[in-house]
Amino acid sequence: MRYSFLALAANALRGHRRWRPAWRSPQPQRGYEVVIVGGGGHALATAYYLAKLHGVTDVAVLERGWIGGGNTGRNTTIVRSNYLHDANAHFYEHSLKLWEGLSRDLNYNVMFSPRGVLNLAHSDGQLETYSRRGNAMRMNGIDAVLLDREQVRAMVPDLDCSPQARYPVHGGLLQPRGGTARHDAVAWGFARAASALGVDIIQQCEVTGIRVEAGRVQGVETTRGYIGASKVAIAVAGHSSRVAAMAGVALPIESHVLQAMVTEPVKPFLDTVVTSGATHLYVSQTNKGEVLLGGDIDGYNSYAQRGNLPIVEDVLRAAVSLFPRLSRLRLMRTWGGIMDMTMDGSPIIGKLPVGGLYLNGGWCYGGFKATPGSGWVFAHTVAHDEPHALNAAFSLERFWSGHLIDEKGAGATPGAH
Amino acid sequence: MLLIPCPHCGPRAQVEFAYGGDATVARPVDPDAVGARQWLDHVYLRENPKGPHLEWWQHVAGCRAWIRVRRDTVTHAVLGAATAAGSIEGGAS
Repeated sequence: MRYSFLALAANALRGHRRWRPAWRSPQPQRGYEVVIVGGGGHALATAYYLAKLHGVTDVAVLERGWIGGGNTGRNTTIVRSNYLHDANAHFYEHSLKLWEGLSRDLNYNVMFSPRGVLNLAHSDGQLETYSRRGNAMRMNGIDAVLLDREQVRAMVPDLDCSPQARYPVHGGLLQPRGGTARHDAVAWGFARAASALGVDIIQQCEVTGIRVEAGRVQGVETTRGYIGASKVAIAVAGHSSRVAAMAGVALPIESHVLQAMVTEPVKPFLDTVVTSGATHLYVSQTNKGEVLLGGDIDGYNSYAQRGNLPIVEDVLRAAVSLFPRLSRLRLMRTWGGIMDMTMDGSPIIGKLPVGGLYLNGGWCYGGFKATPGSGWVFAHTVAHDEPHALNAAFSLERFWSGHLIDEKGAGATPGAH
Repeated sequence: MLLIPCPHCGPRAQVEFAYGGDATVARPVDPDAVGARQWLDHVYLRENPKGPHLEWWQHVAGCRAWIRVRRDTVTHAVLGAATAAGSIEGGAS
């Protein structure tokens, strides 16, 4: 069923009793052309673009829990493409362009809200580096505006821009086309569209092994039996190491826990996304009015979807120093998700050294904004057995060839993003 | 908050420590005997286990010594700790 004003009105008159489930829940078949491990936004986007753009509809998406129940539902919903290096800039800008037309493409409102993403500069030196990054972005055709302190103050009146602020604001780099999207809707929209094109979405089906013979993938062992597959595509960021290990592939990844939190809801006061690299803070206000806060990873290997209090205190300290009036709000909820932290801070999207096995992972903090772009390039990679030009640089082999995409310039540090 | 039993100072709060990563990663003993591939494996690859994990922590706000800790990455339970050269009770190495 296509969603439209007429469908909404007709169902409203019938008491909303005739809506059908948005996607099918079939039993797994004995084999598929492509099995996608994982049922988050990236996996569902991959399935959708495989079916829509490459004509590959014999596809199963295998999800251990429920779709969108992992990192897709745990992020801070920020969408942006404000990167310095060419490989990142081109890839994330392609993703941002897909975001801009996504609700129409999927016939599902993903509530993409280009409210702008503002990076604060707390010193002249930082403003200089933002100037450099902004110029690099504009050279790559991406929107970037360098703001001085007064422009930042006018845009975010509640920000402490006074000279005596603990972290004085010297200006900022704004990407006006960046913003936020409704993360659950992204998973549900891709699931609905993929299912309509013939993709089988199978929930509560955990992959427990990958069968490899003569260097080529044969299928996957699951909690619901063996499923054969010509190609297996892994999109399980957070657990990429564990699933790749099933096929004997080691990855340059550590899993870490990243926390986020919301305050009680308040009236609208913040109509953009504010980030501060120096204090490492992300702030936005959700459509429900909650102030949504994110910061650093806890800093030690973890597969627990919960973190510890020191980092919560750290995030709140930064938030209150930048927005003093937040001090009177109560925190309503904190949660954590597991991040694949790669050794250069950039994702891995490409072939693995086993025939027919592909990896989409290593997203560090930054997977959500990439969802449509990641699915788009990963579908191309799986369908053609070779990467698209947009993800060729994100190969696993780059760690041995020396072509790292080290956006932070920090070396082998599983803490960059 | 993790409570880390420093073998020198006793149980101390996590905030006194800095994390040093996987303690099972071994630097090649003879640098001339291994090729670039093995060096890069050493720099980048991690087993990244789900469960018990042997890791380095430095007690930066205490004795400043590097210690080894075995900790479960799913439950965050600290299973044991030892000096850099010592052995952890109830486990190999």
